[in-house]
Amino acid sequence: MRALCWGTGGELAVRQVPDPELRNDHDVIVRVRLSATCGADLPLLAGTVPAPTAGEVLGHEFLGDVVEVGAGVRRHRIGDRVVVCASVACGACWYCRRGLPSCCDNGSTDPTASEAEWGHPVAGCFGHPRSAGGFAGSHAEYVRVPYADVGAFAVPESVDDDRALFASDAAPAGWLGAEGGEVRPGDVVAVWGAGAVGQLAARSAWLLGAERVIVVDRHPARLQMARHHVGAETIDRRDTDVTARLRELSGGRGPDVCVEAAGGPAGENLSLADRFTGRTRAPDAVREAVYACRKGGSVFVLNGGVRRVDAFPTGTVVHKALTVRGGRQHGQRHIPMLLERMARDELRTEHLATHRFCLDRAAEGYALMRDRPEECVRAVFVPH
Amino acid sequence: MGRVGTVVAVAGALGAAAARATRAAVTRRRARPVRCPTGWQVVTVDRPVEQVLPAAVWPEPLRRLDGAVEVAVTGAPGGRGTELAARPRPHAAWPGLTAHLLGDDPGLLVRQALWQVKQLVETGEVLRPDRMPGERGPGVAAGVPRPSANEPPR
Ligand SMILES: NC(=O)c1ccc[n+]([C@@H]2O[C@H](COP(=O)([O-])OP(=O)(O)OC[C@H]3O[C@@H](n4cnc5c(N)ncnc54)[C@H](O)[C@@H]3O)[C@@H](O)[C@H]2O)c1
Ligand SMILES: [Zn+2]
Ligand SMILES: [Zn+2]
Repeated sequence: MRALCWGTGGELAVRQVPDPELRNDHDVIVRVRLSATCGADLPLLAGTVPAPTAGEVLGHEFLGDVVEVGAGVRRHRIGDRVVVCASVACGACWYCRRGLPSCCDNGSTDPTASEAEWGHPVAGCFGHPRSAGGFAGSHAEYVRVPYADVGAFAVPESVDDDRALFASDAAPAGWLGAEGGEVRPGDVVAVWGAGAVGQLAARSAWLLGAERVIVVDRHPARLQMARHHVGAETIDRRDTDVTARLRELSGGRGPDVCVEAAGGPAGENLSLADRFTGRTRAPDAVREAVYACRKGGSVFVLNGGVRRVDAFPTGTVVHKALTVRGGRQHGQRHIPMLLERMARDELRTEHLATHRFCLDRAAEGYALMRDRPEECVRAVFVPH
Repeated sequence: MGRVGTVVAVAGALGAAAARATRAAVTRRRARPVRCPTGWQVVTVDRPVEQVLPAAVWPEPLRRLDGAVEVAVTGAPGGRGTELAARPRPHAAWPGLTAHLLGDDPGLLVRQALWQVKQLVETGEVLRPDRMPGERGPGVAAGVPRPSANEPPR
């Protein structure tokens, strides 16, 4: 089959690779209908996180048809149209059983690699370096899906591919930002980042009853989308003092909930020196959120692409009694609810697929998302 | 490991294990001295003790380290299942094959084995990675279709 692979010099190219095989009883093989780029891939492209090995396949947000089923699979049959959670979780460990599947203990083929990186093993992810699980990516004709009963979900007939695709990662991530930040009816919510994840966090905040939702970014076209499709107010950070404006929009209190869905240090933000030394920039979005947030409010961090930072205002967290949390999406828990909302038209996502390419041109799709984010929110690849 | 309650199994008596040590292991030890780690590696398995070590028998991923590790189990607090601990025995006691398996970082290998036991008990399988192209035979010829969605599986 064809797949978008990493080359020896870190470049991307579509290559011929062997088809995936069932490796465990709970696996299915999915024939990919659509697969999308994600802001979480940009740090890989920028070389700011450990690079994948040559030959590894990229991509983790996808939807397709089940074509092979492992002996232990109960909930899926050949022919099912499924959307697959971007992260891999077992459904059976302590964390999965408590609704924290992205903290799964058994989502990786090498938990010790994940322990070395984060202190503990966490759920795996498709299309990331082997230390993130050992699962090939979805920018391919076929993908193997482990723990398929837990991570793959039949798509309701009334929800089309272009919408359901976003239930794989961006929608559950956005939902987690709002839900994990504990948005309550009447809240003022601010979201940093107007990419797919930020827009869907803003939409989720509405769905949870927020009364005012404000999105911050520096790309006018993305902010325009957030106004038009999400009904959010926006702040263009290039010409506005973000903290002052947020105070103004929240009666001087500051937003009750601040969600950080800003991109990591992608190519556009990183100096050559930073790339060389591996230094990451201070998290302007998180720091700003901490300063802006009302006393006793909460800040939810979604960007895991920045590994560590300095100059974090811990004093502000203490003096304002803030709750700062983070998380990777818990799609295994949220996807069924999100698909229902999609079916009811409460959650529309298709506008985020701004560009469509056949798989053979996938490398171009990434270049576009990385270099011209004002134009391209998500590039979507069609392998067949 | 202050809270270890029951030590259910200590691999083969030291003498027996030493007797089983092969020449290869001895040579290996001379050639590259191995640190003698004492620390316990522990994982919590979200299942009751009887399910973790049914009939006090070691699950497969630990069995291949027989003779080289000590194993201890205890109930985890708050109903969190079972704390399963293992540590390498002093190097001199390792049987040859196991010495080879344990390599230069016995703690890591023991830890990997514990994670595998945990996965096996909690999910019924040990997750295997996708194989990289280089790890397999020749690829499927381009253009050969997989079974379509309408065909029965394999
Ligand atoms: N936690 C999760 O489960 C999860 C899942 C998917 C993506 N993510 C992360 O969420 C983030 C957003 O994902 P995406 O796909 O929408 O990415 P994206 O790159 O398409 O969008 C990020 C946006 O953030 C904006 N931005 C950067 N710095 C900013 C700042 N200081 N203030 C305001 N805006 C800023 C960028 O201009 C861009 O428009 C990424 O960091 C990604 O890694 C998290
Ligand atoms: Zn993603
Ligand atoms: Zn789990």
